[in-house]
Amino acid sequence: MGHLIPPSIMPFVLPVLYAVVIVAVLPLLAGYIVLMERKVMADMQARLGPMRVGPHGLLQPIADAVKLLLKEDIIPDKADRLMFWFAPLVSVTMALLAYSALAIGPAFQIADLNIGLLFILAISSLGIYGIVLGGWASNSHYSLLGALRSAAQLVSYETAAGLGLISVLLLAGSLSMKDIVQAQLDQGVWFGFSVPFGFFIYLVGSIAETNRAPFDLPEAESELVAGYMTEYSGFRWSLYFLAEYANMIIVAGIATTLFLGGWLRPGARYHEHIPGTGIEWLDALPALLTLGVALYSLKLAPTQPVKIQKIVMVLVAVLCLGVACVLAGALFAPPAVMQGIHGAFWFMAKVFAYIYAFLWIRFTFPRYRFDQLMRLGWRFLIPLALVNVIGVGVAIVLRQQFAWGPIVSLIPTTLATLGVAMLLAKDDAPVAEAQTAAGE
Amino acid sequence: MSDERTTKTISGMDSVNTTVLGADEIILNMGPQHPSTHGVLRVKLKLDGERVAGSECIIGYLHRGVEKIAEHRSYQQFAPYVDRMDYVAAVSNGLGYCEAVEKLLGTEAPPRARVVRTILTELQRIASHLLWLGTHALDIGALTPVFYCFREREEILKIFEKYCGARLTTHAFRIGGLQYETYDGFEEDTKRFCNDFAHKIDEYETLLTENRIWVGRTKGVGILNAADAIALGVTGPVLRASGVKWDLRRAQPYAAYDQYEFDIPTRETGDTYDRYVVRMEEMRQSRRICLQAVENIPTGPIMARIGKVLKPPPGEVYHSIEAPKGELGYYIVSDGTTQPYRVRVRPPSFINLQAFDKMAKGALIADVVAIIGTIDIVLGEVDR
Amino acid sequence: MQTLNQALFIFFAVLAVASAILMVTRRNIVHGAVFLITTLLSTAGIFLLLQAEFLFIVQVILYVGGIMVLFVFVIMLVNLDVSMRQVQFNRQWFVAGALALVLAGQFLFAIWVGRGALRLPAMASEISPKNTEAVADALFSHYMLPFEIASILLLVAMIGAVVMAKRRAG
Repeated sequence: MGHLIPPSIMPFVLPVLYAVVIVAVLPLLAGYIVLMERKVMADMQARLGPMRVGPHGLLQPIADAVKLLLKEDIIPDKADRLMFWFAPLVSVTMALLAYSALAIGPAFQIADLNIGLLFILAISSLGIYGIVLGGWASNSHYSLLGALRSAAQLVSYETAAGLGLISVLLLAGSLSMKDIVQAQLDQGVWFGFSVPFGFFIYLVGSIAETNRAPFDLPEAESELVAGYMTEYSGFRWSLYFLAEYANMIIVAGIATTLFLGGWLRPGARYHEHIPGTGIEWLDALPALLTLGVALYSLKLAPTQPVKIQKIVMVLVAVLCLGVACVLAGALFAPPAVMQGIHGAFWFMAKVFAYIYAFLWIRFTFPRYRFDQLMRLGWRFLIPLALVNVIGVGVAIVLRQQFAWGPIVSLIPTTLATLGVAMLLAKDDAPVAEAQTAAGE
Repeated sequence: MSDERTTKTISGMDSVNTTVLGADEIILNMGPQHPSTHGVLRVKLKLDGERVAGSECIIGYLHRGVEKIAEHRSYQQFAPYVDRMDYVAAVSNGLGYCEAVEKLLGTEAPPRARVVRTILTELQRIASHLLWLGTHALDIGALTPVFYCFREREEILKIFEKYCGARLTTHAFRIGGLQYETYDGFEEDTKRFCNDFAHKIDEYETLLTENRIWVGRTKGVGILNAADAIALGVTGPVLRASGVKWDLRRAQPYAAYDQYEFDIPTRETGDTYDRYVVRMEEMRQSRRICLQAVENIPTGPIMARIGKVLKPPPGEVYHSIEAPKGELGYYIVSDGTTQPYRVRVRPPSFINLQAFDKMAKGALIADVVAIIGTIDIVLGEVDR
Repeated sequence: MQTLNQALFIFFAVLAVASAILMVTRRNIVHGAVFLITTLLSTAGIFLLLQAEFLFIVQVILYVGGIMVLFVFVIMLVNLDVSMRQVQFNRQWFVAGALALVLAGQFLFAIWVGRGALRLPAMASEISPKNTEAVADALFSHYMLPFEIASILLLVAMIGAVVMAKRRAG
């Protein structure tokens, strides 16, 4: 096939293919994350969640998508029509563009930029314009307030999250996603364990950046109805929704790459083989896991109430079985292929674990108030992040001077940062002085 | 300017048309269609950035003329209407009305009826507070407690349903006593609920009471001091959170409250957090009352002998009870016919809402929803 | 490859100039801001074409992602109706025009005088792996003093802003 394509275009073929796959798959993925969110929420709230469309609501995202596409598209009378039309596009374009540097496994990456991480950060920070301009163009006070909150929040928390990331960059010595993962393999520890505070700061910062609870002030439904999305409906609204969930996957991907070892499987340096074969025990794990899911859904199939639901359940089982076969087959494939497939599996597993943490936090905590949000960002997270970065710098010097191991050298840093965190937390009394100060 | 209307609300915000806005100020209409105004309340906010510079509650979107309807119904016919005022505490409304008419007639319900009424009313108080807790937490952004609250409220509603067939607008009592005898297993159901409920309150408290965000969102928000609270006529948990130990169940005992031991929780500051703590404690006390009452329900008739056609002697009466939201009073004037000459309701939500402007001054938008939630209003009762 | 690069350059250059013109002529201040963003982004694109990835990122993160967000933030608070009704050119437009002409003349003169130095070195052929490091190296060794002076200037401006904001609030 290679000779059919002119050599000058050859380097673009694979990236373009990946890009098409991402653009095609992402809306579906986002839809299923919504379903996952609703199911997790239901589980935490002692109820069932979507159950009607498909078995256990498995087809709900598709029904929702169809509904959104068919809905009437309303543009408010006095809205700035051009901006109103343009804003959701900005959000969704930037969210999708950021994927180009995200490495899903060692093989699956559109472009391995040597500034990969900065590129993702820069592009995803442009998504804010969609929110700000959309909120402004709606010509509604709720939207405007949502947009204003969003802008202020993003600028504040990007600083904190960026400083959280810098601690890892210092350790990895590179901005390329692949090099960062490689550095974690070389040092034998995921950076999330060696710099827990960097991870913590990024976790909080990333929740705030993606406007998720408890930092979902730009769209706080009990205060601003739906914030910047108040006047949007139908397809435009779903674009915002897509952007939000795409951004969630992006921040989860960044956190996975930087703090959770990217596509490395747990115990990446532990090579115990199954006797008599060249297969490592841990490599068999993904296939066994998916096989388990397949068998479980097969077991559930007869208990479904309607025939069509039984069929769909069996289809799900077959799908899982297929994935299991691919994962198992990869074990016998050349190492590069096997790493690509298993890397993608572990990467996605970690991304979903991170998103699960997002959801868990969302359904547990009440919402911050705006002044409290700002105080948390500027008075707690940013000083903490600065201390952490300095500490990591010191740890690197320690490592070079005394040849301490990568974990040992960072323990003093972590302890010092913990001390500072406790100091800062004590200083930040939760009582709101705001109202009394300005009220009278 | 002088020829225009210059009425001012409590907060000093000029009325609608004469408001002059500063450079950074905007007017935000919160409601009547808004997720957290608990119905069709419209709050007109003058905002300086996110800070409330003035506010005005505009009510009446749910006005049904309940008091006027009373003038064209017989005393018994009007009883179901009161259920539809505070529709999340229908039992309490019914109790107030029935007792007021009984007072007008000069009779009293028999002891058994009074104890059963007490149990049901206290269960209703728990249900109402649960609804408040869930929605209040939801307004502040905690998405989960509301479902736990509804889970427990459901148990109470099931008891109501078994007792009188209705869950929400129960019309549980009749003038002179009860229409229905309690069902078999009423005591056990109530006991089971009360015993389970002790842990459930602790569960809510682990989610909220010491949560930094919750404390930050409620402490120091919407402070109402005791003097202001009394001056505004505020009653119920809102008043008690400001440090005034005033509870009609203790001050002017009705039904069977004089027989039971219970505490009246109070707090000092009168902020949103205090009101939260007071209501949580009230649920515990209601549970205590229920447990005491259900242990010892007297036997005997459930209806006083009052006849089928009620013709109270001419005169007037005011009777009030401690509804979940505060003092619920009925002022009834009789002209000796089968229909009341005038019924005037003193709804706690309506009067407590007057404190809103005072509480909201200088707060942020996020506090506004917290304050609306903490007053615990039901618009059916505010507008009647 | 060469033609593709050229096409991209022309695209970015035209976009940059066109949005710059649109930025100053739009009456709606938010539209103006959006066109400024487009200008900045297309300049960033030109940096990328020149293999200056770090500069590209700095341009996007700092100018577009940071400063312009704050710009838009402030602009949204402005009462639009007033600015829409204002006269776009006031009575002193010819003074400004004259000044602009003088400035343009100066630029042209400077370029003319220094045209010998305009011969740029050949573009780096491959993606240089040390891009970020090279920038850091230059900033922290060669241009240390100007860099520090610039930071102090920014610090002064920041303190000034804080002082002014405090005075207004108090």
